[in-house]
Amino acid sequence: MSLLETKAVTKTFGANRAVDAVDFTVRAGELLALIGSNGAGKTTLVNLISGLLRADEGAIFFAGKDVTRQTVNQRIRAGIARSFQLVNLFDHLSAFDNIALTIFARQGKTRSLATLADRDQAVADEARVILKEFGLAPKASMLAGSLSQGERKLLDVAVAYALRPTLLFLDEPTSGVSTREKAPIMDVVTSVVRSGNITAVVIEHDMDIVFRYSDRIVAMHQGAILADGTPDEIRRNERVTTTLIGTEGTT
Amino acid sequence: MTELALTSPRVWSGRRVLVGALVVGALVLVPAVASPFQTITICYGLVFAIAALGFNLLLGYTGLLSFGHSAYFGTGAYVVALLVKYLGVASMELFVLAGILGSIVVAAVFGVVCVRYTRIFFGILTLALSQVLWSLALKLFWVTGGSDGLRVPTPTLLGGLGGPGADKVEFIAHRYYYYVLILFLVATAAMWVIVNSPFGKALQAIRDNETRAEFVGVRVPQYRWIAFVISGAFTGLAGALWVPLNGLTTPDILYWPFSGRIVFFTVLGGFRTFVGPIVGAIAYNYLETYAVGFTVYWQLVLGIVLVLLVLTMPSGLVGTAIQIVERVRRGR
Repeated sequence: MSLLETKAVTKTFGANRAVDAVDFTVRAGELLALIGSNGAGKTTLVNLISGLLRADEGAIFFAGKDVTRQTVNQRIRAGIARSFQLVNLFDHLSAFDNIALTIFARQGKTRSLATLADRDQAVADEARVILKEFGLAPKASMLAGSLSQGERKLLDVAVAYALRPTLLFLDEPTSGVSTREKAPIMDVVTSVVRSGNITAVVIEHDMDIVFRYSDRIVAMHQGAILADGTPDEIRRNERVTTTLIGTEGTT
Repeated sequence: MTELALTSPRVWSGRRVLVGALVVGALVLVPAVASPFQTITICYGLVFAIAALGFNLLLGYTGLLSFGHSAYFGTGAYVVALLVKYLGVASMELFVLAGILGSIVVAAVFGVVCVRYTRIFFGILTLALSQVLWSLALKLFWVTGGSDGLRVPTPTLLGGLGGPGADKVEFIAHRYYYYVLILFLVATAAMWVIVNSPFGKALQAIRDNETRAEFVGVRVPQYRWIAFVISGAFTGLAGALWVPLNGLTTPDILYWPFSGRIVFFTVLGGFRTFVGPIVGAIAYNYLETYAVGFTVYWQLVLGIVLVLLVLTMPSGLVGTAIQIVERVRRGR
């Protein structure tokens, strides 16, 4: 059963059709990898689905509802969350506060200005659990801006996870970290996502990571979908190997 | 160790409470141990500190630099003066309520326009709107008294503790000082709760990363507007408390240099700390008072201080003091 469906979604920037009439489907419960070379339209597609950009044409359906014209906030409430290619954190807040704030926002408590944030035990407990799940417990009181790149990547995902989404987009969760750190990061992320019964879409350039962790792979090229299949099908797909993997494998 | 690290930094700590209690104790003793001149100087400082607290909710906590806070200070002051002129009101409690209400209305309207923008655009818009009020105060002289301004006599406190007939210096240096001190403490406590509330955390999130704040579900423009209105309300309260102290309000208080002065308070004390703007406002008031007495080129003195401050102490007096204490601690 599809959780998310885009129908002929299109986004142009000047003369460039960054996303060109894309029909993209995400099934409930799967961990889908979205691959493609730089400029293929992966991040633009995620930006369209998450609400950062508005589609020029086409429609986006999430859980059976048309969310094409919904605001970012409405999509978050509906259950769509995302992390970012370039880490997007609240750098002058502690790792703990990054998570706690997200929980407050999810619970609609950020409007409360007459209570002290650190007095909400339930939120504090949940924040501690999430930090522990992501292996960030020892870093809780550190400012997000002072964490290592790998820790920042994890915290970025943890912030999105704290929204308790149904569908989570992870935009290059291992970019900018050392090869040694990639697998541990993906182990943590996939473990949390699967145990939380969250459907996830991972944009990733590292094909080892893609083939190892994903249930299904969608390959994009020049704003359109090039191929869609299981890791084995994609590995055997000649168009993908010629167009993408030949170059991807070297990155 | 892990469990300790998992706790958010505590808002309340024994040391903070002790230091706060000592400062409050010292402020309570001021009229008893200091001359009326010194008491009145501190009273001005406390009033400006309320304005700086309000201003810093935008600058330090929301990341918005307003160059137009004279608008809300001036609104607070002019609302009081107009209440005296047209309704003969003498009650300080009514002045405070009306001053806050008036500045809320102005900030709510100006905020709708300003919070759509950030950075220099926000700053210029706040400046431009404050200058609209300044020119109105200047041109509508039959209402506002024009450049002569409006006089405000000594008000009554709590329904009769002090009135127009009282000795003004004695009144200001004692009863009015305590009145201002209590409102300063209430305002400080209220701002402390606001910045440490979930709402305050959301503002800090907006300051740090507007896009991510939106993607965790914070309604960025709405929260900025609320912060803008609260900021205006605090500054309006300061204006309402200032005008009986000064005895007169003129369009100067709506003019852009006064907005610059509020920025100066905050930068002097340090906008990255909660108490920085308070310390900055009181220190600036002393600096200006003594610079004026010392030389006719007092603006030059203030300008040099500001340049030196930015070059040598970008984190302000309080920020620098904290850095020194931390360095000494690490050196032990």
